[in-house]
Amino acid sequence: MEISSTQFKHCDLVKIVGRVDSSTAPQMAEALNAIMDAGRYKIIIDFSGVEFISSAGLRVLVNAQKTCRRYNRGEVVLAKIPQNIYAALDLAGFTTLFQIFDEVITAVGYF
Amino acid sequence: MPTKTFPGRYSSLADIAIFIRQAAEEAGLEGFAIYAVETAVDEACSNIIEHGYQGQETGEIRCTTLTDAKGLTIILEDRGRPFDPSSVPDPQLDVTLDERQAHGLGLFFMRQLMDEVTFSTRGPVNVLTMLKHKEHKTE
Repeated sequence: MEISSTQFKHCDLVKIVGRVDSSTAPQMAEALNAIMDAGRYKIIIDFSGVEFISSAGLRVLVNAQKTCRRYNRGEVVLAKIPQNIYAALDLAGFTTLFQIFDEVITAVGYF
Repeated sequence: MPTKTFPGRYSSLADIAIFIRQAAEEAGLEGFAIYAVETAVDEACSNIIEHGYQGQETGEIRCTTLTDAKGLTIILEDRGRPFDPSSVPDPQLDVTLDERQAHGLGLFFMRQLMDEVTFSTRGPVNVLTMLKHKEHKTE
């Protein structure tokens, strides 16, 4: 799995490429924690390169969302989710916990 | 009846996924059904590594795949601590974010995504058998 982060004026974009499983989820948590620890809580995750996500990855997402939403200071939104990944998120009841955008640019405009 | 044994550590998950995806394709599964099998096996193996082998990176997971007219059967065998599926409550999916628990989704995924999930033991060996039916196309 590869992760890259880009800081915009009003939000941060995190792009994940590859598999998010129990082996790689800690790496995703680390990248999100680095942004939140810096006091930035408006985060877009670009899912277009994600091939697979397990419950270990979903745990990282829900924990990040809880941290970002606290005190109304921000939120995690998801963009460009492939069909299989969307089906898994939906089965887990995650599609109601996150704003979901078809394009990154729309997500940037949301913040 | 292809069988492959993997070290019981998280870094094996990607290799297990390759083995399972190939079996699913050869069994004639398509689209989300392949992804579903990959997810169920990943969750099962993660549980074995985390709970069965206590995250000690010891032990092995033996994966066997069987294909028949019904679809694909996957048998996972390990020698870790036995797992009692009745000890895991179903996750609450219709609660607010704050109430949402981060754990308990793995077993839920396995049960939702596979058609049959059976836990058993054979002496010191834990045997998990999961079946995914092949979709029969209707004309």
